[in-house]
Amino acid sequence: MKDLIRIRDVSVRFYTYEGVVHAIDDLDLDIRQGETLGIVGETGSGKTMTALAILRLVPYPGKIESGSIVFVDKGLDKEIELLKLSEERMRSIRGNKISMVFQEPGAALNPVYTIGDQISEVYLLHQRQELAQRARERVNSLLANGRNGWAATVKRPFWRWQRRLYSKIAQESNSIEPRLLGRLPLFRRLLRRLSDEAMLLTVDMLKDVEIPDPARVAAHYPHELSGGMKQRAVIAMALACSPELLIADEPTTSLDVTIQAQMLELFRRIKVDKGASVLFVTHNLGVASEVCDRVAVMYAGRLCEVAPVEELFLNPLHPYTKALLDAVPMPGKELLTIPGALADALNPPPGCRFHPRCPSAKPVCQQERAILKEVSKDHMVACYLY
Amino acid sequence: MTDLRFMVRQLVRNPLSLAGIILIFIFAVIAIFAPLIAPTPAGHGDPYMIPRDGFSATPALPSQQHLFGTTEGQYDIFYGVVWGTRSAFRVGLVVIGVVVVIGIVLGSIAGYFGGVIDEVIMRITDIFLAFPALILAMALVTVMQPSLTSVMIALIVVSWPSYARLIRGDILQVREEDYIEASRGLGASNARVIIRHALPNAIYPTLIMASLDIGAVVLSAAALSFLGLGAPEGYADWGQLTAFARNWIVGPSSDPLRYWFAVAIPGLFILFFVLGWNLLGDAFRDILDPRLARR
Repeated sequence: MKDLIRIRDVSVRFYTYEGVVHAIDDLDLDIRQGETLGIVGETGSGKTMTALAILRLVPYPGKIESGSIVFVDKGLDKEIELLKLSEERMRSIRGNKISMVFQEPGAALNPVYTIGDQISEVYLLHQRQELAQRARERVNSLLANGRNGWAATVKRPFWRWQRRLYSKIAQESNSIEPRLLGRLPLFRRLLRRLSDEAMLLTVDMLKDVEIPDPARVAAHYPHELSGGMKQRAVIAMALACSPELLIADEPTTSLDVTIQAQMLELFRRIKVDKGASVLFVTHNLGVASEVCDRVAVMYAGRLCEVAPVEELFLNPLHPYTKALLDAVPMPGKELLTIPGALADALNPPPGCRFHPRCPSAKPVCQQERAILKEVSKDHMVACYLY
Repeated sequence: MTDLRFMVRQLVRNPLSLAGIILIFIFAVIAIFAPLIAPTPAGHGDPYMIPRDGFSATPALPSQQHLFGTTEGQYDIFYGVVWGTRSAFRVGLVVIGVVVVIGIVLGSIAGYFGGVIDEVIMRITDIFLAFPALILAMALVTVMQPSLTSVMIALIVVSWPSYARLIRGDILQVREEDYIEASRGLGASNARVIIRHALPNAIYPTLIMASLDIGAVVLSAAALSFLGLGAPEGYADWGQLTAFARNWIVGPSSDPLRYWFAVAIPGLFILFFVLGWNLLGDAFRDILDPRLARR
C-alpha cells in the first residue's frame, strides 16, 4: 500500500516560562492510503499534538521545530511538503484534503449558527467553483423553461446577471466582480444561489452520516441536538469535501457506550465508502482494536511501537505496550496499573523515557534512546530488548 | 427571524423595558419632528441656535409665547430642549458607535493574536485608563476649542479603552473554544475566524454595555457643557440649558422655587433620556443572556 502521509523526525516544542516542553520528539510515522491508523497512549503522550502538527495547527507557544511531513496528493499525484507550504496553501488543504473531528462534539460546533450554516461554510470555502457550476445550471434551466408572467419578466435580467457571475466564479474562484458584489449589501443576494447549493449538498452529507430528517436537522442549532447527533454533524462537516485523510481526535470519548458503537460503525463505513484514510487518536484500547488496521503506541512524545492491530494485541513487544494492555480493565481480572507517573515533559528522563517505570530496563536504557526498528514484517518497536 | 420575533416579544413583555422603549421612542419622535414641534422663527439662521427674546439675565416664567419659559439670557427653553434632543442623540450614538468600532477592532486583534500585539495594545489602553476620564475629557476639550465636536472626540478618547478591554477579554475566552480550532481546521482564515466565529460569540456583553453607555455618554457631555466646555453659547444642548440655570437654582428668598422650570425641565429631559437607555440596556442584557430559555 502507498503512503498518504509521511512524517519524518518531527519535533514539537512548547516554549513556556518554566522551560522547553518536548511535546513530540523525533517522530517517524506513515499513514497509508485507505487505512485506519490508531494512535494510543496516556494523556499527555503527544497523540493530539501529532494530529495538530499534521494540520499545522499546533497552538501558541508551541512550534514544529524540525522534520518534514509529506502529504501525497492522490488527485494531483504530487508529493506536498506540508511544513513548507504558505499559510494560504495550507488553508486550502485543511478541511479539504485533510480534516479533523474533535473530541467534544458540543464544543466543536459554533453555538450561534445552525448545523446547516456551519457545514455549508466548508463547501463555500473550498468548493466555490463547483457550487458556481451547479448554480449556473440551475439559473440556465430557469432561463430556458420560458416561463411567462410579469414576475419572470422582471427577474429575467437578474437571472442573466447571476449566470454571468456564476460563470466567472466557475472559471476563477476569486474573480473581482463577484467578490466585490459579495461585500455589498443587497447585491450580495445575487450570490445567494451559492449558499443554496451548499445547503443542498449539506443535507445530502447529513443523510450520509445517517441523520434522520436531515433537512430539519440542518435548520437546528447545536444545543437542540443530542450528543450523538452533534458528533454525526461534526463528522459530516469533516467529510464534506471528501478529504483524503480524516483525523479523529478521540471522537468517541465523550459519548456513551451505545452511541460509541454506532460511531465506530460509522467510521468503518466511511472508510469503505469514501476510501479515506483515518488517523484515529484514542486512549481506549478497546476502541482502537475495533476500528484500526494498524496501531501506533506513543509515550511521552515518542513512538514506542507500531504494528498491525492483531499483531499488537496478540504479540506486544514494547514493555509499555504490554503494561498498557495489562492495565485494560476486564471482568474477573485483577486491575493492574503501571507504577510511577507519566514522564515530566519539562525534564524528561534521559535515554528511553519509559525506563524509570520499565520492569525490564537495562543500564543502556538510561543513557541512550532506542531507535525504532522493524523486528518482523510491519512490526516496529523502539526498545533495546529487541 | 424567529430570534428577532423572540427579542421583540421579550422586550414588550417586561414592563420596565417597555417603559424604556416608550421613552426612547418619544425622544426619537421629538428629535425627528423637531422642526414641526418647535419651528425655527423666520429669519433665524442656524436652527440649532436657540432663539432669544431679549438679553435680560433673569429667567421669564412660562407663557403663551414661551411654553417652558426662558432661561438666563432669554433663551427659549422649549425650543432648546426639543432641538437639544437631536444633539443628545447625536452625541450618544456617534460616540458609542465610534467607540464600539474602535473597541471591536483593537480588542479582537489583541485578544485573538495575543503575544506582543496584545501586550502593545493593552499597554496603550492602560495609559488612557490611567487618567481620570472626566478630567482628561476636560483637558482635551480645552485644548481643542470648545464645541460639540470636540466634546464628542474627547468622550471617544476617554471611553474606547474600556470597550477594547471588554472585547479582548471575551475574545480571549472564546478563542480557546473547540469550534474556533475546528473552523481553523476546516481552512478558515484568521479574519474569517474572528469575524464569523469569534465575534458573534463575544459581542453581546459589548452591545449591552453600549446600550447602557449611550445614556452615560450624554450625561458626561451634559456635565462638560455645564462646566462651560461644550457647545458655543446658545447652542441647543441640554447640558448648556442646565448651565444657564446654574445661578437660578434658588430663587429670591421670598419665593425660592420661583425659577424651578429653568433647572427642572432640562434636568428632566436628561433624566428620562438616560433612564430610557438604562432600562433598554437592562432589557437587552436579560434577552441576550444565553441561559434564558428560547422557546
